[in-house]
Amino acid sequence: MSQPAPPAYETEHEVVIGLEVHCHLRTRSKLFSSAAVSYGDAPNQHVTEVCLALPGALPVLNGRAVELAIRAGLALNCKVHPTSVFARKNYFYPDLPKGYQISQFEEPLCTEGFLDIDVAGGTRRIGITRIHMEEDAGKSIHDGAATTLVDLNRSGVPLVEIVSEPDLRSAEEVGVYLRTLRQILRYVGASDADMEKGQLRCDANVSLRRPGEDRLGTRREIKNLNSFRNAEAAVRTEIENQAERLGAGGRVVQATVGYEADAGRIFVMRTKENADDYRYFPDPDLIPLTVPESRIDEIRKALPELPGVRCRRFVETLGLKDEDARVLTASRELADWFEAAAAAHGSAQTVASWTRRDVLGALNDRDVEIDAVALAPAAFAALVKMTDEGRVTPRNARDLLGEILFEGGDPEALVRERGLEAVSDAGELEALVDAAIATNPRAVASYASGDKKSLNFLMGQVMKQTQGKADPGSVREILARKLGG
Amino acid sequence: MAEPLQTAAALRAALDAGRESAVGLVDAARARADAVDPALRALLHPRWDAAREEAAASDRRRAAGEVASKLDGIPIVVKDNIVQCDEPATCASRILEGYRSPFSATAIERLRAAGAPIVARSNMDEFAMGSSTENSAFGPTRNPWNPECVPGGSSGGSAAAVAADIVPLALGSDTGGSIRQPAAFCGVVGMKPTYGRVSRWGLVAFASSLDQIGPIARTAEDAAWLLDAISGHDPRDSTSLPEPPLETTNALGTDVAGLTIGVPQEVSSLGGLAAGVRDRVAEAVAVFEAAGARTCPVSLPHTRYGIAAYYLVCTAEASSNLARFDGVRYGHRTEGPEGGITAMYEYTRARGFGDEVKRRILLGTYALSAGYYEAYYRKAQQVRTLLRGDFERAFAQCDVIAMPSVPEAAFRIGEKSEDPLSMYLADVFTVSANLVGAPGISVPCGFDGRLPVGLQLVGPALADARVLRAAHAYQQMTDHHEQRPPL
Amino acid sequence: MTRSLEAILDHAADLETLDTSGVAPTVHVLPLPTPLRPDEALDTVAPEAAVANAPQAEGTAFLVPKVLDSEAEG
Repeated sequence: MSQPAPPAYETEHEVVIGLEVHCHLRTRSKLFSSAAVSYGDAPNQHVTEVCLALPGALPVLNGRAVELAIRAGLALNCKVHPTSVFARKNYFYPDLPKGYQISQFEEPLCTEGFLDIDVAGGTRRIGITRIHMEEDAGKSIHDGAATTLVDLNRSGVPLVEIVSEPDLRSAEEVGVYLRTLRQILRYVGASDADMEKGQLRCDANVSLRRPGEDRLGTRREIKNLNSFRNAEAAVRTEIENQAERLGAGGRVVQATVGYEADAGRIFVMRTKENADDYRYFPDPDLIPLTVPESRIDEIRKALPELPGVRCRRFVETLGLKDEDARVLTASRELADWFEAAAAAHGSAQTVASWTRRDVLGALNDRDVEIDAVALAPAAFAALVKMTDEGRVTPRNARDLLGEILFEGGDPEALVRERGLEAVSDAGELEALVDAAIATNPRAVASYASGDKKSLNFLMGQVMKQTQGKADPGSVREILARKLGG
Repeated sequence: MAEPLQTAAALRAALDAGRESAVGLVDAARARADAVDPALRALLHPRWDAAREEAAASDRRRAAGEVASKLDGIPIVVKDNIVQCDEPATCASRILEGYRSPFSATAIERLRAAGAPIVARSNMDEFAMGSSTENSAFGPTRNPWNPECVPGGSSGGSAAAVAADIVPLALGSDTGGSIRQPAAFCGVVGMKPTYGRVSRWGLVAFASSLDQIGPIARTAEDAAWLLDAISGHDPRDSTSLPEPPLETTNALGTDVAGLTIGVPQEVSSLGGLAAGVRDRVAEAVAVFEAAGARTCPVSLPHTRYGIAAYYLVCTAEASSNLARFDGVRYGHRTEGPEGGITAMYEYTRARGFGDEVKRRILLGTYALSAGYYEAYYRKAQQVRTLLRGDFERAFAQCDVIAMPSVPEAAFRIGEKSEDPLSMYLADVFTVSANLVGAPGISVPCGFDGRLPVGLQLVGPALADARVLRAAHAYQQMTDHHEQRPPL
Repeated sequence: MTRSLEAILDHAADLETLDTSGVAPTVHVLPLPTPLRPDEALDTVAPEAAVANAPQAEGTAFLVPKVLDSEAEG
């Protein structure tokens, strides 16, 4: 009796993914030089002696970068170490002017954290092995056939490198992890994490193993993933490739690979049996970084409410639906704006549905963020309230909102100035309906012979007479009564 | 034609009295250089015209009663690894051919603010790696006392320029003895201050945890003026001491009655100590005793590990510091016939660096490499901790430690070029001060034959004033520093 | 070169006999608080000056021989 065949990799395997995310810290100047952090400029616009690695130049640490890195560490539930050491990572490359990168090696700033991500069926906790500070390299532009151009604007920009445990299990989880990470970093103001600007880059380590196996399979590293979509697609493709190879009885060869988005193709950059020897040693130009516990506490206390916590509070205390809470806490700025409007109005649920429908809709149309909105939350709340109270028709209110959302304005004043107050007086409405019936005999007859849609036509007439200010619900009710339908 | 230059103190007196002008001093320096430097080769990149203009400005200040400092109008030479804005900085290497620095070292900025005209840059061992100035890409400098001999290194050009009376003051740099040893060989005063005392911003890095800029002069008093002018906290150097500029010149006196001088037992047991050196140093210590100082034996048991530790730490740090010389952004570039960036790195550095630099980069890379880091670099860093312990215990019993600066007097040019190890071993008395960050000064204390011998005084970290005071007091009681080479 | 390197390494092997167990390596000779810089942007070298010393430049960018694929650094 033969043993059952081991499960085929193609159909049964466990995917093991670890991510290394590099993220620009939101500082004005670079990590060890005073040059400005800026994007999209002509080459070498923002450099100092330090960025250029001129003979005699020395590094000095940016205090704000330290603070932002600590915020990131605390937001990701890490142990922040009061002492950490900057080390030199030595290798030659044209965009690495000193011939070494100042990073952290044996003693990083943070270790042992986690990030909870929402996946179908619940929450998964992804471990974070470490977070350390380091400087970014410049850019090599491979334009000519035989030449490369080097731009050092980016050289020295402060980074945190966030290394996850190999706890991710699918390409989908990779996408969720990256989006959640980005959200948290933006919430605490550590980074803008705009992948398009290259402020967030990701390397993915992918391997497969049989279910239940303890040992990790041979992994391949996908480098320089620069969008969420590409990250997911690349990981998915790599998993497929590995599964196919293992399923056919082959071996995965360790390699560093890249992803060509247009072709949807993984390509090998280099296969190395041995890791590069970077000859790390503590940088003798820098003093070990010591941050007193009191300072770490100070930063911890000043952290804003994190998105997960705020989302839960919106559900439990403000009574929002899960989905609404999630959407409205997507960014801190949006959550702040919404919450201020909700507080001014009094009913979070009402404000929530208006916000989702009209505000977010408008933002999506223009492809902008909440910071493009000029209308104050209290003014928004006032407009909603006026509509609740029937003082403005919903239609007119939403038209007005469309005008003032991005320009700002005072809804109360505008409604008054333009005479947009709704007509809701019963006597007035009765008279208007009578007038419409009188002047539209054909529609009346039509309605009487079964065409219910004629009522809409008559409603339209009344609304036209009132420039849309009649309360549509009341008008419909009165019409229906008078027509005897 | 002006007399050979004297001490900075004497020149300042002459300037104040109107007997000399700053322009006159620059002219005299130039005349002296024209006469003696073709044979000595102490100077690189002279800037006489620019210095003359700076001197003229100094004279105008003096006439208006607005003297900038004690150094205003005193001509000075700086080692070619201390960068000055719009001036060449080659570190005596071909790899920096044509390089002009767009910024000045802090030490240079402070000199310029003090009003001292910088007349030239001085020759050195390439990237400060060497003890003889034979490793210069521009040819060796010769010892003013004997042109067949080396002036020492790596600050050989600065020491020779002062010894030959071209200028009274010079800046050097000291990583393992590169100021103190050439000062000893040339019969002048040279000091390495406490680590962090002088900003390293603008000093082309050799070994970051060991390098310091320091003064070279005829007298401890002159050296004190110069150190005061360039010292003090600099926010551009993260390793800079959070202390204001020194005011050591206020502390100089002649009384040594309360001074205890430690004499390390290990000195005589270390091989290679020339009898003449041993005797001159013993006589120097006796001078202190005759004037009321006490001596006491001390022990620095880890001295014999100092050379190994030094050469592992300095080469490791240098291998990393010199990686920036890659032909991309400045300096020499040679492309490989096969094309590509890696070939460019290889050809550029093979062509641009001399043998000693290559040797040290190889050693340093090895000392940091995987599998060897623990046994070499990390171990050497542990030796530093042990040495710091030695010095702490010694300074609990004495105020300054006295020993030779170098085991022997200046050797002949070419004598040690085939045997780098023997060159390295001669650093045995100077490297510990760098490894522990302590201040050390070499003062002339006599001759071995016709060649000068240097007495080294080392103090605890931060005790720069104490060390200068002891050296100054010694010079009030002796006249070795007044001897002149037969040029 | 090889001979001199071997001789130097032999000398360095002396350190093996020294017991350094429990001794902390000296990372810095003097204990100093971490110096920090305020986050103020200041570019100190103009683009033209940045490339002024370059052996080869194109506009304000440094020009170097191509990085071959086999040399690509991740």
